[in-house]
Amino acid sequence: MKGGRESTGRMRWIWIDRFEEFESGRRAVAIKNVSLTEEYLHDHFPGYPVMPPALLIEAMAQTGGILVGEARNFREKVILAKITQAVFYQEARPGDQLRLEAVLENLTDEAATIHGTIRCGAQHVADIKLMFSHIDKNRSGVEFPEENFVFDNGSFLSLLRAYRLGGDRTAGRSEARGG
Amino acid sequence: MAMSRAQICEKVRGTLVDALGVDEEEVTEDATLMGDLGAESIDFLDIVFRLEKAFGIKIPREELFPAENLLNNADYVNNGKLTAQGLARLKSQMPHVDFADFEQDPDLNKIPDLFRVKSIVKYIEGKVSAA
Repeated sequence: MKGGRESTGRMRWIWIDRFEEFESGRRAVAIKNVSLTEEYLHDHFPGYPVMPPALLIEAMAQTGGILVGEARNFREKVILAKITQAVFYQEARPGDQLRLEAVLENLTDEAATIHGTIRCGAQHVADIKLMFSHIDKNRSGVEFPEENFVFDNGSFLSLLRAYRLGGDRTAGRSEARGG
Repeated sequence: MAMSRAQICEKVRGTLVDALGVDEEEVTEDATLMGDLGAESIDFLDIVFRLEKAFGIKIPREELFPAENLLNNADYVNNGKLTAQGLARLKSQMPHVDFADFEQDPDLNKIPDLFRVKSIVKYIEGKVSAA
């Protein structure tokens, strides 16, 4: 399907709308708006649209994956390695604005873990704990297809840039020079 | 704050229950992490993270589960088995592991059986008593 490497500039599948807060190496908050214009909601389920929990995990994986990658200035290839925990308390429905907060728990040469919380207004939607692997440090020599990585050099980073260009909207804003 | 072996054991079991999503009854001292508890390679890192947090210790890379880089070395591996040199090396790297059965037939496929719940307990015992 997506065999080629002609992918420079190709739009990747982005599942978060923007960053609201970004503290390098510590935490990130992203927003995902759930809209009935998204096609999958028409099939999941007909007459009762709910965002599948797997896509809530995807949104958190993107939020957390960028947090992990940025902490080392995107030098490592980051891949989602393990869904340690995923607990869903509430359905995500069209019109909901999801607030995804990822907090970095561990970061080493090989891997990182985050603790994620998803909220919609005052409601608690999900708790998601994820583990990411820095693939180069773990299986030298084994090639993985580009689309397995959380980010590439293009489109995802535009989300971060857009956030920074957004100015001092939050107190937690910090520069990209993570350690 | 000396911890008894029973306390360490209890905490290790709790850590494995959380990291591997297994039931507490399954986590016997003799259980192998991979064969019995279904751990995969990425789980080992997760376990290390959790143990560090649970016991407030630092676990250096490759100390608790060191086998991986050994296997890429031709001096240590021959014909699917560890050489005498390789075995000696692995034993020195893993003083917390019981090699009695493995030594009879150091087949690489049996390396996963070396990682048992009790070897983690023993490793942690060594760490917290040294602290």
